[in-house]
Amino acid sequence: MAVKARVKAPKKAKAGEIFQVKTLISHKMESGQRKNKKTGKKIPRMIINKFVCSYNGNEVFSSDWAPAVSANPYLSFYIKAVKSGSLDMSWTDDAGKVVKKSAKITVT
Amino acid sequence: MVRKIEMQPVHRRDVLKFAGAGAVAGLTLTLLPGLAKADVAKTAAAIKKVTSGKTPKSGKITLELPQIAENGNTVPIGISVESAMTDSDYVKAVHIFAEKNPNPEVAVFRFTPGSGKASASTRMRMAKTQNIIAVAELSDGAVYMSKTEVKVTIGGCGG
Repeated sequence: MAVKARVKAPKKAKAGEIFQVKTLISHKMESGQRKNKKTGKKIPRMIINKFVCSYNGNEVFSSDWAPAVSANPYLSFYIKAVKSGSLDMSWTDDAGKVVKKSAKITVT
Repeated sequence: MVRKIEMQPVHRRDVLKFAGAGAVAGLTLTLLPGLAKADVAKTAAAIKKVTSGKTPKSGKITLELPQIAENGNTVPIGISVESAMTDSDYVKAVHIFAEKNPNPEVAVFRFTPGSGKASASTRMRMAKTQNIIAVAELSDGAVYMSKTEVKVTIGGCGG
């Protein structure tokens, strides 16, 4: 499945301003509770279990997810603007696959 | 028939009965009876792990949840914790638990002073009507807890 990650963050912020970052990624977040209707076998769990956001190389926010997080996980959080640079997000799933997405921010 | 289900609280047994009749088969065949049974003790154990023996205080946490969630597959949840978020005084983490899901853990949000604000939101799955519990860990070691009940019309653990 093609994984599509979207990040919405302001392009500009004033130093000290607290801004919101919204993220959305396409992932079915297979909970491990469902059964295959034909075979009756459980469909193995396959979820994104970790989200990390770094701001100029420093981890500012992270989140651990359980199967109770909905499919195509949405996440929003806040960051305090310090200086211009990049926001680097990464999502890691049960198979160890990592999806990355960055956003640039200019701090005035 | 579906309308009728929505009018009254739906119990797992009823839903399965309907599923047997083929009414909402597509939705409910995937639900596993037994797994989603009330497991408040499991949640208490999971919370204990987080609080490491401390008694959680009340207050500080604001939970944003709908009173009634029509679709348990995607219930919006927002949390925020009052804090100055300075280097010496900030919220380290907020753990979200759903009392009656097959597994109580939902998500953990980990904050730093660089977050500026201890607030985050996401969407979660809920098996049935239950309490959602948020536990916040502060940098000074204090633990806070908050609880909100959400009514679920159609459970969302079968996906």
